[in-house]
Amino acid sequence: MRYFLRRWMQAVFLLIGVSILTFLFSAIAPGNYFDEMRLNPQISPETVAALRAQYQLDRPLPVRYARWVNSLLHGEMGFSFANNSPVAPLLWARARNTLLLTLTATLIAWALALPLGIWSAETRGRLPDRALSGATAALLVIPELVLALGLLILAVRSGWFPTGGMFSVGFEILSPMQKFRDVAWHMELPVLALVLSALPILVRHVRAAVAEVLDAPFLRAAASHGIPQRTLHYKYALRAAANPLISLFGFSLGVLLSGSLLVEVVMSWPGLGPLLLEAILARDLYVVIGGVLCSTIFLVAGNFFADVLMYWADPRIRTGAAAK
Amino acid sequence: MIQLSGWKRWLLAIVVLHGIVACAGFFAPYDPTEQDREHPYLPPMRIHLVDTQGHFHFRPFFYAEQLRVGSFDQFEEHSQQAIPLRFFVTGARYDLLGLLPFRTHLFGAEASRVYLLGSDAYGRDQLSRILYGGQISLLAGMLGAGLTLLIGVLIGATAGYLGGWRDGLLMRVAELFMALPWLYLLFALRAFLPLSVSPVQAFFLIILVIGAVGWARPARLVRGVVLSARERDFVRAARGFGATDSYLLRRHILPETSSVILTQAAILVPQFVLAEMTLSFLGLGVPEPVPSWGSLLASLQQYSVLVSYWWMYLPALAIVPFFLGYLGLASALQQDAGTEKIVRTAGGSRW
Repeated sequence: MRYFLRRWMQAVFLLIGVSILTFLFSAIAPGNYFDEMRLNPQISPETVAALRAQYQLDRPLPVRYARWVNSLLHGEMGFSFANNSPVAPLLWARARNTLLLTLTATLIAWALALPLGIWSAETRGRLPDRALSGATAALLVIPELVLALGLLILAVRSGWFPTGGMFSVGFEILSPMQKFRDVAWHMELPVLALVLSALPILVRHVRAAVAEVLDAPFLRAAASHGIPQRTLHYKYALRAAANPLISLFGFSLGVLLSGSLLVEVVMSWPGLGPLLLEAILARDLYVVIGGVLCSTIFLVAGNFFADVLMYWADPRIRTGAAAK
Repeated sequence: MIQLSGWKRWLLAIVVLHGIVACAGFFAPYDPTEQDREHPYLPPMRIHLVDTQGHFHFRPFFYAEQLRVGSFDQFEEHSQQAIPLRFFVTGARYDLLGLLPFRTHLFGAEASRVYLLGSDAYGRDQLSRILYGGQISLLAGMLGAGLTLLIGVLIGATAGYLGGWRDGLLMRVAELFMALPWLYLLFALRAFLPLSVSPVQAFFLIILVIGAVGWARPARLVRGVVLSARERDFVRAARGFGATDSYLLRRHILPETSSVILTQAAILVPQFVLAEMTLSFLGLGVPEPVPSWGSLLASLQQYSVLVSYWWMYLPALAIVPFFLGYLGLASALQQDAGTEKIVRTAGGSRW
C-alpha cells in the first residue's frame, strides 16, 4: 500500500507543480481577454477596469492563485470570460470526447501492437519481421499532421468516411443503438489517424522487449517441457517483458493525448483541441490553464494505472514494497 | 571499430536536402509572393514528352492552361499551344543564400508560367512556396533545437556538476515539463504570448516557444553524463592539479556530453520543424504572406479547399524526407553510441 501512497503523493505534487507553473506563465503573459475591449471605443476605460476588478485580474498573483484553487475545490476551475461561464462544465463536455477518442485509440493501438510486436520478435530477421520493420519505419517518418490531413483528403475524395464532427445531422432523434453507431462511424477516421501514428513506436518497443526475453534460458527450459509456443510467448514471454512495456503505456498515452489535440482540430472533433485553440485565440486564460491541467490529470491517471499494472505484473515490486 | 559510414550517409542526405531548400531561389522557378490572378488554384501541370500527334520530343513540354468552356474555375490543357520547358533560364531576381544576387533558375518557360505542383488561391506557384517555406520552417526548427540544447546543457550541467538541493530542484522542474503532453505545453506557452505580431516577431516568438518546450529531456541526459564524468579519474586528477570549475567543465566534462547532444539534435530538429508546422497550421505561427510549411497548409482548414484542391496538401509531404533523414541519422548515432559503450566497457580502445 505504501507503494501506491507514494505514487499518489507524487501525482498530487505533480499537479500542484503544473498548476503553479501555468499560473506563473500566465502572469508574465502580456495582454488578457479585456485588453481587446480596451481598443473598443464604445467601452469606457472605467468599465474595463471594473470588469478586471470583478474577475480579480488586478490582484497580485498569489491571491489569484488562491482564489483559483478555491474555485477548483468548488468544481469550477475559474471563469471563462469568452463563454461567460465557469470553466469546469465547458472542459468536462469536451474532455469526455477527447477521452473517448484517446482511450479507444490507446486500446486499439496496444491490441494491435502486442501481437504484431511478438510476431516480429518470433520471426526475427525473416520476412515478416523485415516487412513489419519496413512498415513501421515508413509510418514513423509520416508526422501526425501529415497523416491526419492525408486521411481527411482521402475521406473527402472517396466518401467512405464522414469528413469531420462527431454527430450526423438529426442525431437527437436517433435510437440509442443508432446513436452509438453514428458516433462510432464518425470516430473511425480520427482513431485511425491516432492509431497509425502511435503504432510504429509501440510495435518497435514490444519487439525489442520480447526479443530480449525470447533468448532467456527459462523460456528454453519451458519450451523443452513441451509448452506450446503460443502459451509460451503470450503468457510467459510477455509477462517477463511487461516491465518496460508498462512504462511505455504512460508514454503512449501522452503521445496520443498530444496527437488527439491536433487530430481533433483537423477533423473538427468536439474535444479539448478546438476548445483550447479558441481559448488561445480569445486569450481566455483560465480555459487554457484548465485544459493543460486536464491533460495532466489524464496523464497522471494513466501513469497511475500503469503503476497498478506494474504492481500486479511484477512480483519484484510487490516484495520490494512489502520489505519496506 | 566504429563504422563512420553509417551516420555519414544520413548526414550527407540531410545536407543535400537542406542545400536544396537553402538554394530555394535557384530551384524555385518563381518568387514565392508573385501572384498570377488569371490562374488561381491551377492543378499541377503535366509535363509531356509525346504530343497529341504521337510525335516524340527530346525537350519536355507542357500545354498552356485555359478555362474550360462554361466554367469559371476549371482549367484544361490547350492542346494547340505546347510550351517547351527551358533549363537555366533567366527570371526573377533572388539572393542565393541571402548574399549573392542571381537571376538564373533551374527551369522555367517563356510565354507562360509553369506550375509543376499547381498554384494557390492567388496563383502563386506552389513549388516555389514550398521551397521558400522550407527555409522558414527548417530555420525555425534548427534555431529552436539550438536554443533547447543550450538551455538543456546549461541546466543539465549545472544540476549535474553542483549536485545537492540545486540538482533536486532543477530535476523536479524538468519532470514537470516532461509530465505534460508536449502539444499541450506548446499550446500553453503560445497562449501566454502576444497573438497579433509581425511575421519577423512571430518567427522569433515561435523559436522561443518551441525552444522552451523541449529542454527537459536533454537536460536530464546531460546531467547524467556530467554526473558520471565528474567522478572519472582524469577529472579528479585535473581537479587535484588545481583546475578551476569552469576549466574542468569546459575542457573535460562538457566534451563528454557531445555525443548525447548530437543525438538529441538529430531527434529535436525534425520534431521542432513539425512544431512550427503545427503552430502555423493552426494560425498561431508565421502569418500569411510569408510562406512556411505550416501556413501553406492552413488553407486546408477550409472545407472547399479540402474538397476541390488536393494539391494544397503537397506542402505537408515536404517534411517527410527530412523526417526520414533525421530519424536515420539519430538511430545511426544511437547505434554508434551503443557500440562505443560496448567497446569501452569491454576494455577495447577507441584511440
